[in-house]
Amino acid sequence: MAMLELRGIDKVYRSHGRPPVHAVRSLDMEVEKGEIVALLGSSGCGKTSTLRMIAGFESVTSGSIAVRGRRIDALPPARRKVAMAFEGYSLYPPLTVRENIAFALKSRQVSRSEVSRRVEAIARLVEIEDILENYPRVISGGQQQRVSLARALVRDADLYLLDEPMGQLEPQLRAVLRGRIKSLLAEREMTAIFVTHDQTEASALADRIAVMEDGVLQQFASEKELKERPANLFVASFIGEPPMNLLETEVKRADGGFRLSVGPEVAFYISGDGLDQTAQRALAAAPRVRVGIRPQRIAVGEGAVRVRIVSNQWLGDQSHVAGECAGHLLIAVVPNRVAARPGDVVPFALGPRHLNIFGADGVCIRHAEVS
Amino acid sequence: MEHESLAGRIFRGVALTLILVFFMFPIAWILLMSFQTNEQILRIPPRLLFEPTLANYEALISGQLHTAAGNLEITFMRNLWNSLVLSSGAVALALLLGVPAAYAFARFKFRLGETIAFTLLSFRFAPPLLVLLPLSLYYQELGLNDTYFGIVWVYQLIALPLILWIVRGYFEDISPDIEHAYRLAGHSWREAFTRIAVPLAGPGIAAAGLLSFIFCWNNFVFALILASADKQPVTVGALAFVTASGIQYGQIAAAIVLSVTPTLLLALYAQRYLVEGLSLGAVKG
Repeated sequence: MAMLELRGIDKVYRSHGRPPVHAVRSLDMEVEKGEIVALLGSSGCGKTSTLRMIAGFESVTSGSIAVRGRRIDALPPARRKVAMAFEGYSLYPPLTVRENIAFALKSRQVSRSEVSRRVEAIARLVEIEDILENYPRVISGGQQQRVSLARALVRDADLYLLDEPMGQLEPQLRAVLRGRIKSLLAEREMTAIFVTHDQTEASALADRIAVMEDGVLQQFASEKELKERPANLFVASFIGEPPMNLLETEVKRADGGFRLSVGPEVAFYISGDGLDQTAQRALAAAPRVRVGIRPQRIAVGEGAVRVRIVSNQWLGDQSHVAGECAGHLLIAVVPNRVAARPGDVVPFALGPRHLNIFGADGVCIRHAEVS
Repeated sequence: MEHESLAGRIFRGVALTLILVFFMFPIAWILLMSFQTNEQILRIPPRLLFEPTLANYEALISGQLHTAAGNLEITFMRNLWNSLVLSSGAVALALLLGVPAAYAFARFKFRLGETIAFTLLSFRFAPPLLVLLPLSLYYQELGLNDTYFGIVWVYQLIALPLILWIVRGYFEDISPDIEHAYRLAGHSWREAFTRIAVPLAGPGIAAAGLLSFIFCWNNFVFALILASADKQPVTVGALAFVTASGIQYGQIAAAIVLSVTPTLLLALYAQRYLVEGLSLGAVKG
């Protein structure tokens, strides 16, 4: 049985005199016990609404939420057995940091010594032992965020909901904490869902990532799969840094396969053998499709596509080479320095097997082969 | 400020003194008057040096007023007690009703919510006389005329809007997520309200309570129409000093001093809460 099960969740915000806002649309999701899931998306995509519906601060407009098979969408927050760290920290101003963290434990049947042992353990983990006796108003935003995180993680709950848990932390500390929190969650088999707009954070912490846009779950998969088998154009262009190159092409049948031409000079041949029935039919029906290729899959200095270089940057461990080709901008990432100046014409190799093909509706028709 | 010229500083000092004298003089003069007899007060020109007397206070406290026309019963202490009962009763009731209402208006968006809140505020800018006539007729029908409860009820027109609107602002300043965090920790909505929201808005509630207490205390017209002699507060009771044999300035002054004292003491006591209340917004995380 799944730890968390969201079925057909819709959330519509209605306010007087304004058109209703459809924040989340028919969302289905299952999270297994011990899994760490990231809700990833730009702001306003519905990820925080989803989290708040699970916590019980927002009602679901329709659909059901179940934890361990038990419907919780009609229960008050107190009875849902979930812990949450808020984006705005939300510490109780009249209590010290220690009391803030211990607060949630006090109402449970936990002995005094056990409470202080657990508070200190979690404080050590997020590095706030030295401010335990301070009041929230005298500590920095980053410290408040860690207190808020500690307050959520110290509890015994079925589900841990973390809203932008590390947004305020310095990059170095963030990297350290990610590792520690991930191993804490794994060690105790805690199920966690966190909201973030930072891809690095999502891929570092999460087992699976739910990419959301416009209230719709675009794809829910591991980072590897999101990168290699994006479900649609949005995921393809959203995941990965720099984003996937996208080229508009015209489709023509040729020699039992398809010829996708970008312009008069650039074309790709996709043989029919590598395509399944649905893909074949989709390609045959579409006059135009978009092809996408990851910058890391483009080889520079070889191949048939001639590209006029726009910029060439050595980042210390990789080169980002950007060039113009038949009206499109192509970015290639290669592990070595490239001797090319802006204005030079350099051949790029775009292997047909590395191409993702997206139909007019954005859905992926064919994924790139994984080498 | 540091680069202010000498002339500027002097000007500021003079201006502050003028303003202070302007506002404090009547109060100081009343205080002096309360220790003088009527003859001393009416002397022309008035003197700053005089032999103080406690006769005015004696008369007020004993309830016996000796005038040229004979002895007069005055019920000032009774009035003072009435004021205290009516004002604290009104504020207590208004807090009981207003604080949860303010919380509801701050936290929940519901149909006609803003309209209701604004209607309640509009009680403050409608002239009291507008409602008094129909109200006194209703009160006679209902038997609420000349009862403490009736007056406390009508005082809600003064206290409730004030508390509602001030406290609502304080609740809106508290992040709802603080309560959410508390509720997630296994507490009910009611507990979050009483243990988190109310204590955090405490200074604001104290400030609103104090303000509405002062407004109730100073009210004149409601009690004048709706209360008879034994339920009248000091504001109405002071009319008794306009007697057949003249106006008793000394007693009026003493009565003013006595009736200002409770609110003044309350304000002094509540001052630290007021300051805390004002600075709450500045330190929120």
